[in-house]
Amino acid sequence: MSVKKHYSFVVNGENHTVESYPANRLLDVLREDLRLTGCKEGCGEGECGSCSVFLDEVMVNSCLVPIAQVQGREIRTVEALSSDPLGKILQEKFLEHNGAQCGICTPGMLVAAITLLRRNSEPTLGEIQDGLAGNLCRCTGYKKIFDAVADAAKVARDQGVLEGQKA
Amino acid sequence: MRGYIPDFDIAVPDCLDEALKMLAEKPGFYRPLAGGTDLMVVFNAGHQTYKNFLSLHKFPELHGIHVTEDEVEIRALTTYTDVRYHPVLKAEFPMLCQAAAESGAGAIQNRGTIGGNIGNGSPAADTPPALAAYGAEIDLLSKDGVRSLPFRKFQTGYKQMDLKPEELIRGVRLKRKSGRLHSYRKVGTRKAQAISKVCFAGTVRLEDGKIADAGIVYGSVAPTVACCEKLEQKLVGLSLAEAAKLDPTEVKELAGASISPIDDIRSSGEYRLKVAKNLAADFVSNLEKLNV
Repeated sequence: MSVKKHYSFVVNGENHTVESYPANRLLDVLREDLRLTGCKEGCGEGECGSCSVFLDEVMVNSCLVPIAQVQGREIRTVEALSSDPLGKILQEKFLEHNGAQCGICTPGMLVAAITLLRRNSEPTLGEIQDGLAGNLCRCTGYKKIFDAVADAAKVARDQGVLEGQKA
Repeated sequence: MRGYIPDFDIAVPDCLDEALKMLAEKPGFYRPLAGGTDLMVVFNAGHQTYKNFLSLHKFPELHGIHVTEDEVEIRALTTYTDVRYHPVLKAEFPMLCQAAAESGAGAIQNRGTIGGNIGNGSPAADTPPALAAYGAEIDLLSKDGVRSLPFRKFQTGYKQMDLKPEELIRGVRLKRKSGRLHSYRKVGTRKAQAISKVCFAGTVRLEDGKIADAGIVYGSVAPTVACCEKLEQKLVGLSLAEAAKLDPTEVKELAGASISPIDDIRSSGEYRLKVAKNLAADFVSNLEKLNV
């Protein structure tokens, strides 16, 4: 048996402290303790991507991160993406191209698209597919999502928002 | 059903010395936890038998890829993403980068580590065949110091390894040598994000036009990584043209001698044996087409 401990970390720029068992999943802390229900539980085994968040600006599956490893670190969830210029463009393009339907995969798709475009500002279709791999969508057939990301990449390049992004 | 969360404890020591002391004081009590991409999956599935974990994430000594004139050292907590995009590894040890690129998707590659891939001990892991083919050395750390051995000798049986309960994997070291040719092949149910049915890592190194050493290693077709020593020895001393003329039946026989594939949820032993032999024959007959 373990005991509950206090864990402090930053989520979307705000400090939070939760009392939790060390093996509790970051996903559950975000959704249940902090009521940030943007990230979803699809599979609970790192296959579907719908629980993706940024941990110290690195994309992770929050269902596979125990809260004990989050102490003192920084989380960014889909709720905060509209305050990021690239995230905002992506959200607009997902709307425009109908890249979001039921919405379960959308948080993961956006986090993966940001990760991809930071590394590669001019991705080919194949590179978009590779960059979004690990995010399962059962609605769109993916094409609308690929179109949204390709279009967002173009707008982001034109607006210069990808310059200075960390790879 | 998911594991019952209060049953599990995760210790988070602040420094590596403290962790090594904890491991030495209670040998076998803690299961080291790196990126959690295997251990957390088993936990979420409700099958996790370990109860006490020791998280390694705070130790800078276990991070990083260090390049010297003769060696590249990959510390245990190096992620697949770090490996996949590292310029020296891409140029000199591309099979390792390919294995990393084909292990899960981006979010998994950001968390999964080389040390975890080794220490989890799965015979279906994708980076160990590449490490064995390149003749890597593995460094094991305890409070008494560092112990090194050839990676090929590290795995001793199904999920068994030459790792004492008080030891941690510090990292692996690869010798930098010119003249290598490489071919890494992964056969899974799908092209991406599938655990291997068969994985093949083949490399030869040329000196004065002859094969000076060879590393031919399978994953997923034996309880451990399976090194085809007979085939490796057969290739040494030959030119690429001579190697390409070897009888494919003989190549398949030599390669098949090192493996013992089984039927499991991912494939059948019969299919694996056939594919594994074909991969070796294909590798040898196409050596001349590989680029240095």
